[in-house]
Amino acid sequence: MKTRKRSNAPIFWGLFGAGGMMAALFGPMLVFITGIAVPLGLLLPAGTMSYANMLAFAQNFIGKGFIFAVIFLFIWHAGHRIHHSLHEVGIHPGIVSKLLTYGLAAVVSLVAGVALLGLGF
Amino acid sequence: MSKRRPYVRSMDGWWKKNPYYVEYMVHEGTALFVIAYTLVLTVGVVRLGQGEAAWNGWLEAMQSPLSIIFHLVLLAAIAYHAFTWFKLFPLTTPPLVLQGKKVEPCAIVRAGWTAGVVAALALLVIVWGIAA
Repeated sequence: MKTRKRSNAPIFWGLFGAGGMMAALFGPMLVFITGIAVPLGLLLPAGTMSYANMLAFAQNFIGKGFIFAVIFLFIWHAGHRIHHSLHEVGIHPGIVSKLLTYGLAAVVSLVAGVALLGLGF
Repeated sequence: MSKRRPYVRSMDGWWKKNPYYVEYMVHEGTALFVIAYTLVLTVGVVRLGQGEAAWNGWLEAMQSPLSIIFHLVLLAAIAYHAFTWFKLFPLTTPPLVLQGKKVEPCAIVRAGWTAGVVAALALLVIVWGIAA
């Protein structure tokens, strides 16, 4: 009997779904906090993202996990979505589309993961 | 190689011809803004690891008017991602049956939007709690 190769597509669709959900639930508020509220000193206490606070957060097991989950799932969600959407503008699925999208997602995950581990616990 | 060169209709800009497809391309395009935000965060994490001066430089860059405008655009795009993500739930999730009755599509969408608002407010409260 011929053995059929198992598709790896469900892994990428799973990451797409998880990342899309995370971005839908927390994305807008995260952008508001890190990109608007804290820089303009609105709403949140002064020093919310001070060096001491952020280092403590990123050295905490849960904090580190949250930061990594956001970056990892967001980039794999977006990479997968772009990979499929490139087809709509004439770049069909292949090695080029995969390098552009999954390649970027892998590099960003690696850089973020190494930086976060380097901060220690 | 064949010398035949059949006419192939160009597909350039196919999606501009129908508002439904324009919306499709816009909501798929939100992924580009998600990538941009992920890069901002990743740079932040790297700068955090390079010490206090580097981190404060990143914070300062986030305060520039250009960065604020950029993040307003990111906010709009990612909020639109959230809006459409839940709006497409009746198409993307398996049929949900409660007490022997199929849950109405609009009820699923409304539950999704509610979850989005609750999660956003919960995140704000948690960040407030950690910072205070």
